[in-house]
Amino acid sequence: MKKIYALEERCLGCRLCEVYCKTAHSKSKNIIKAHKEEDIESAIFIEEIISEKQISYFALQCRHCADPQCVKACISGAMYKDDDGIVKNDKKKCVSCLSCILVCPFGAIKLGKDGKTVSKCDLCVDYGKSLCVEKCPNNAIELLEEHYKKEI
Amino acid sequence: MSLDFNVPSFEVIRNEKKCIQCKVCIHQCSNMVHVYDEEDAVVYSNNNKCVNCHRCVTLCPTEALLIREYPLEFRKNTNWTRQAIKEIYKQAQSGGVLLSSMGTPKTFPIYWDKLLLNASQVTNPSIDPLREPMETKIFIGRKPNKLDFDNEGKLVTVMPPQVELNVPIMFSAMSYGSISKNAHEALARAATELGTCYNTGEGGLNKAFYKYGKNTIVQVASGRFGVHKEYLNAGVAIEIKIGQGAKPGIGGHLPGKKVGEDVSATRMIPIGSDAISPAPHHDIYSIEDLRQLIFSLKETTRYSKPIFVKIAAVHNAAAIASGIARAGADAIVIDGLRGGTGAAPTRIRDNVGIPIELALASIDQRLNEEGIRNSVSLIVAGSIRNSSDIVKAIALGADAVYIGSAALIALGCHMCHSCSTGKCNWGIATQEPFLVKRLNPEIMYKRLVNLITAWNHEIQEMLGGMGINAVDSLRGNRLMLRGIGLNAKELQILGVKHAGE
Repeated sequence: MKKIYALEERCLGCRLCEVYCKTAHSKSKNIIKAHKEEDIESAIFIEEIISEKQISYFALQCRHCADPQCVKACISGAMYKDDDGIVKNDKKKCVSCLSCILVCPFGAIKLGKDGKTVSKCDLCVDYGKSLCVEKCPNNAIELLEEHYKKEI
Repeated sequence: MSLDFNVPSFEVIRNEKKCIQCKVCIHQCSNMVHVYDEEDAVVYSNNNKCVNCHRCVTLCPTEALLIREYPLEFRKNTNWTRQAIKEIYKQAQSGGVLLSSMGTPKTFPIYWDKLLLNASQVTNPSIDPLREPMETKIFIGRKPNKLDFDNEGKLVTVMPPQVELNVPIMFSAMSYGSISKNAHEALARAATELGTCYNTGEGGLNKAFYKYGKNTIVQVASGRFGVHKEYLNAGVAIEIKIGQGAKPGIGGHLPGKKVGEDVSATRMIPIGSDAISPAPHHDIYSIEDLRQLIFSLKETTRYSKPIFVKIAAVHNAAAIASGIARAGADAIVIDGLRGGTGAAPTRIRDNVGIPIELALASIDQRLNEEGIRNSVSLIVAGSIRNSSDIVKAIALGADAVYIGSAALIALGCHMCHSCSTGKCNWGIATQEPFLVKRLNPEIMYKRLVNLITAWNHEIQEMLGGMGINAVDSLRGNRLMLRGIGLNAKELQILGVKHAGE
């Protein structure tokens, strides 16, 4: 299964991935309407690491774990792993207990803007392509096979 | 002084209907032009900080940004232009020498645009490069006046060292320090893939780049930064830099803030110290002195590498080139008036030197007349903008060209002329790690390869049109050129006839 990998050494922290994530998950699929009219939380977020020498960034999103804690913790069965191995969230079943947010070891699940549902990466399966990967200006987010090891 | 007389150069126009407050522009601008106001939830722009590098415009996901020249009118006066007035304000404020980057913006004649190429019609056939062989490979170096063969037809003459190039295009000297490590890596990898050369510039060669040695020309300039035996032997040729087209007669200055750990190790100078290249080489005061340096470098490399000498195109370029050829150089590099730079005093950049076309024509002519044209290759630089400039340069007598600005433009440079600030938003002319990152060599070297591949196709098309099947056969063939709108003196110097003649 292919997953989204963030390459820290290339990430510029421009946050375009967040913009396109919101667009891909909007109803309108229109970048301006998605931001001005719809209230969506991005499922990918840029983390900043500020050290003395420099600031570095990386994009954080669901790792689609083999043994996902969030699925185990979910009390309503909203969080599930589909046949392709993608961890998904069924908003209709979600009861906003937020257990998934508590147990996620990566901090990759966020509370949605509505304060009720959670927002997480679904690899844009409904959209057809991972927009964050496609639009990253520096190829800092890549869709790669699971056992990909970065060449040093 | 509290009041700055200078008004902004550019105005940032934001289409509020399109702006989604994603703050990408804020995160990308190293000049801190864009500011987010939490209270009003809007992004403001400080026009006076904008250098018009287009980084925010290019990355804005909704095309909400536009930058234009600041529309404030000065009273019309052909003599006291906006530029002239602004420069005085700037100097009255700072008390300093005006600094500029990239090539001169002044309206000097561009002779490439006043030369037209020939094509075959009826009496001689044109060649289709897609169907027939078309050679763009060239060799840079001293050529013997005649070749001797033994009875079996094998070459007996010992050939002087040559640099083999698949295309007549190389990447100009741009030092590590003036441009970033990632930019250097992109140039080195592109040169390797294309089978041509890039030039280290005067800043030495980073250890990580020794592996690209077969496609590297190492430079020895007046500052002698990073020069040692291993360095001299690392590339395929050595270039002695006497002058640069953008700033003939003066040296260079890399500010200490650009000399970080890595640049310091490469240049062999302390971290944070200014790297000052003197105006002259302090051991070269004559052609004889130049000969000594050429031969010390040849000794160091066991006569295995050609030695280039680079000069700025100046008034007596032809006589100087003749001296350089006689001093033992294997190639002469001429850098013209419109050539680029990371930083040069504005007055020097805009007023010193001569256009490369005239210098090239007169040097080729002079060397031919003296019967020593074979002893050197001629490489020209200084604002080569496209493939037709290259074809015209070859027809005027050049062996190859160097491209600098064009290569940087392929890497994302938007010609904002702000290299000297060290805050290049495209990750080219900067040493700030968070800016350098923006130039991903993996993406960028392919853009360089694309550019040169495309130009090479175009060169082949133009050669084919003229019925010529090798770059070598066009060299110095000025009958393939005609001038348009040039006066008799210009035509005489260029050695071409006027269109219609």
